[in-house]
Amino acid sequence: MDNILFARWQMGISLVFHIIFACIGIAMPLMMVISEYLWHKTQDNDFLLLTKAWAKGTAVFFAVGAVSGTVLSFELGLLFPEFMRHAGGVIGMPFSLEGFAFFTEGIFLGIYLYGWDRISKRMHLFAGIIVAISGASSAVFVIMANAWMNTPTGFRLENGVFTDVDPIAAMLNPSSLHLISHMLLAAYMATGFAVAAIHAYVLLKFPNSGFHKKALAISLFLTVPCAVLQPAVGHFAGMQVAKNQPMKLAAMESQFKTEKGAPLRIGGIPDAKTRTTSFAIEIPGGLSFLANGDFGSEVKGLEEFPETDWPHEAVHYAFQFMVALGSYLLFISLWAALTWVRKGWTDYGRKFLIAAVIGGPMGFLAMEFGWIVTEMGRQPWVIYNIMRTSDSVTPMPGLFVPMTVFTLIYLALGVTVISILRRHVKASPVYAERTKEGA
Amino acid sequence: MISLADALAMVALVGLIAYALLGGADFGGGLWDILASGPRTARQRVLIERSIAPVWEANHVWLILVIVLLFSGFPPAFSAMSIALHIPLTLMLIGIVLRGAAFTFRQYDPERKKSEILWGRVFALSSIIAPFFLGVCLASITQGSIRVSNGIPTTGFFWPWIGWFQFSVGLFAVALFAFLAAVYLTLETDDRELQDDFRIRALISGAVVGFFALVTGLLASEHAQEFQGKLLSSWWTWPLQIGTGLAAIGAFASLWHREYRLARFLAATQVSLILVGWASSQHPFLIYPDIRIAEAAAPDSTLRLLLIALSAGVFVLFPSLYWLFRIFKSGKTRSV
Repeated sequence: MDNILFARWQMGISLVFHIIFACIGIAMPLMMVISEYLWHKTQDNDFLLLTKAWAKGTAVFFAVGAVSGTVLSFELGLLFPEFMRHAGGVIGMPFSLEGFAFFTEGIFLGIYLYGWDRISKRMHLFAGIIVAISGASSAVFVIMANAWMNTPTGFRLENGVFTDVDPIAAMLNPSSLHLISHMLLAAYMATGFAVAAIHAYVLLKFPNSGFHKKALAISLFLTVPCAVLQPAVGHFAGMQVAKNQPMKLAAMESQFKTEKGAPLRIGGIPDAKTRTTSFAIEIPGGLSFLANGDFGSEVKGLEEFPETDWPHEAVHYAFQFMVALGSYLLFISLWAALTWVRKGWTDYGRKFLIAAVIGGPMGFLAMEFGWIVTEMGRQPWVIYNIMRTSDSVTPMPGLFVPMTVFTLIYLALGVTVISILRRHVKASPVYAERTKEGA
Repeated sequence: MISLADALAMVALVGLIAYALLGGADFGGGLWDILASGPRTARQRVLIERSIAPVWEANHVWLILVIVLLFSGFPPAFSAMSIALHIPLTLMLIGIVLRGAAFTFRQYDPERKKSEILWGRVFALSSIIAPFFLGVCLASITQGSIRVSNGIPTTGFFWPWIGWFQFSVGLFAVALFAFLAAVYLTLETDDRELQDDFRIRALISGAVVGFFALVTGLLASEHAQEFQGKLLSSWWTWPLQIGTGLAAIGAFASLWHREYRLARFLAATQVSLILVGWASSQHPFLIYPDIRIAEAAAPDSTLRLLLIALSAGVFVLFPSLYWLFRIFKSGKTRSV
């Protein structure tokens, strides 16, 4: 391994780690606000307890998200200084706006978490709404910058220098819309299903806990519509990728040959040597339809591009896993919707609870796989078709050291957060009550 | 007429001052956590934690704002700093990550007693590491130890930041933040004894600040002569120096007389003036002596939009910050 791989690994591990916390920071405030609103409406104390329990968890995740996000903003330069030297002026705008959104989120989260007995109920709910909105806006701006790396616009290139820079056009590049919508839905799905799984798990042990039933209902209420919408948005994203980054699409589907009526492959093992993909279930014309909306249309294969530039095969697998996990979550969502129609919001059968527990990590896994598709599929470019990642990496030797250090730190933080979360679940109602009874 | 690039650099300086005054004091709190002592050890720690908890994340964002302005407005400077100062910046980041994480873990662990000591130590140590390396980095871009040619630093990865001058600025930063924290903490409680604990700490750390100011000044005469020459010979220097000195003496005197509100104002003024003096001597360079503000600036279209966004953002940011501090820092203290 050489420096470029260490740099990419460090950036990758930082993102894989941060994204989880960022998503929780986006979605949890919305769930807390829904729960708090229900408390205002119904005066049911469970909703207040639930809001406060969620707030405690969110505080931990938000703090780790804030500091790991700081690391990322520095790492752009620490690891890829040539990229920032050229691109900083073009994509600085969304980062600055993200700074403001994050500022607002931090301020109002402080008010929300610590202001319970210092401001009125109404103002408290208002602070929560601002946190939810600014959290989502942060994501919107950051993804704009990332989308620009995939489909750079808003400048002219003259002798390797960016001129006629139009930061607004750069923000509104062709990938922004689908990446933003796909990711926001993914954030709500991933967080919502993870929270649902925690409460479903407790309900398996204590099926009559009203508190946990309500918690499960709110998380499903948020996440079910997202999971149902996500395939449509994903299809839209696929069409955009087909148009703007055909090599990425070909890698996702292991489409080696350019052909008309290209099949959609489910699974399969690509072999770059023979340029074939074996063991895949093929739906004739499926890829052509997904990419262009026409079963007979032509799809460009990897053969159109120099083999040295092909993205890693992992892109193919990651894409397949993402779709598979997303499909499972869609299945649970339809099940939940059916339950709503037949039995109302709060009563879920044992089988459903087990299915929900199994789905717990799937949202986050699908999201991470999706990012692997987007970012590894962008390689070997850091700015698509303009600057190669290998040309942007720092001359700093020995990147093995910071890579190892950050990997270990993030592992330790991840383990700690999970153990603290477990203790919080144990401190939730039912467990707490049972401990009291036992004592 | 002041150029767009200078205007943006000034905004970044304001951000840096805000970070020092707010985020810096939170780091200082970490130092006082590990140095908590005497009969009120536990209560000192509770006071520190309670004062920092609602605001540290918002305070921390000032640093992100500064760094984002740097890489959006002055990309070549950001790039060169990131290469030459890779190691101290990474160490600072590790400090920042561990400080925030450990502070939150300690506070939110439902079985706090088990882990309190470990997280407390990590919180305190990282609160010292982060500002130390922040100071080291600032000193390095001032000293002239980073040489840049064609946008790439040529002075290696250690030489730019290892030196007595850089280390003394690092310690100066730690002392300054500890001083700020101690002064602020006198106003976070109505408990007379606790106030006195932090009054003594403020007085001692104030003296340490003076000591490091002197050491840094002496080292600058050897290691950062250009910087020092400008600091001592420009027309603005004497009003600024005298202002800084008066603020420092005033802060001391008002601490002595237990005029804590005045002390807080003067301490903050002192720190702000130190940074203004540093920036004025640094001007027109971002990295002395090879990268100037004007040459490193992004295209005007970017700078203009950034400044517009900043001006608009202020209307959201300042009322929000005002509300935050009004809620938590309006003098309605509670017993510890």
